[in-house]
Amino acid sequence: MAIYGTALLSLCLLVGLATGRLLGAALGIDADVGGVGIAMLLLVLASDRLRACGRLPAATESGVVFWGSIYVPVVVAMAASQNVLGALSGGVMALLAGLVSVAAGFAAVALLARSGRKGGAA
Amino acid sequence: MSGAGAVLERVWTENGLVAAFAVVGAVMLFSSWASARLTGGRLHGSAIAILLGLVLAVVGGIGAGGERGLADLPWFSGLGLLGGAMLRDLAIVATAFGVRLEEFAKGGAAGTAGLFLGLVLSFAAGGLVAYAFGYRDAVSVVTIGAGAATYIVGPVTGGALGASSEVLALSVAAGLAKAIAVMVATPLCARAMGLDNPRAAMVFGGVIGTTSGVMAGLAATDPKLVPYGAMTATFYTGLGCLLGPSVFFLAAKMLLPPV
Repeated sequence: MAIYGTALLSLCLLVGLATGRLLGAALGIDADVGGVGIAMLLLVLASDRLRACGRLPAATESGVVFWGSIYVPVVVAMAASQNVLGALSGGVMALLAGLVSVAAGFAAVALLARSGRKGGAA
Repeated sequence: MSGAGAVLERVWTENGLVAAFAVVGAVMLFSSWASARLTGGRLHGSAIAILLGLVLAVVGGIGAGGERGLADLPWFSGLGLLGGAMLRDLAIVATAFGVRLEEFAKGGAAGTAGLFLGLVLSFAAGGLVAYAFGYRDAVSVVTIGAGAATYIVGPVTGGALGASSEVLALSVAAGLAKAIAVMVATPLCARAMGLDNPRAAMVFGGVIGTTSGVMAGLAATDPKLVPYGAMTATFYTGLGCLLGPSVFFLAAKMLLPPV
């Protein structure tokens, strides 16, 4: 049943978010450290394990796959509920601080992504 | 007539999330059409849809004067739920389904290096801009630098350091500007950055870090890259909140002349 897949996904997210919060608390900050990333690892591990012992039928998979395929629409809804006006009305300095940071980041990505390719797997 | 209108309005607003599915579906449909017909497929349908979402957010911001874009208008309140943290996180985790663990492991080291590099770059870039605009105290410079990391790191760092509310607002605005710039610019710059493989996406997520920007930017570039970028970006804000008020604040205090 599809709900088994969705329940598995939900459980991974909840455990991941809780772990991220605990990790944050252990580091002394009131923030989630990698909760979603941990949840992703859990989902990969759990689904690998279940698939290996044949307990992941297509119906169950569909309960996860649907949410992954709805991802772009969710991002569109997220974009539509951003405080874009707030960013634009923050003044030249705030805009510039954000944009310079993006430019520096993109340049760094270009360097790192390419250096890895030339030097082979690091 | 007005009776039917009132019924429609009531049904629509009482079923906000369902209405949001319909609205976003319409936006996606229009965007795929525009991608194929108006840009000859050069601009991805997702990229157009996300851009359209941002434009709608401006419209909503003007119309409702709130902080949640179009979602502040009663007719579109469901967008806030559909695009909110809960369903967003559920969808993003689901994209990892089918990814092999080795793929994550392969990009792990580069992604981690990217995390630290990205935070240093953002704090430095934001701090330098703040300095250029006349801010000289370490608290303000670091808070604005933190905002240039993400719009969550900004107020968390500023709050911990006791920054003024004006500086806090500026740091949030800087973070928002970054997130939106990443959403718009990523598909345009993807080729120049070599952003076409899982490892590069993990580097990208680590260096850029702003989760909403990374997620939307990668979705508009190539949805297959999303789980890799999201994996590293999810550590960025937490790490920024950790390093901002500590390491970066001390560094700024040493670099800035005493006020």
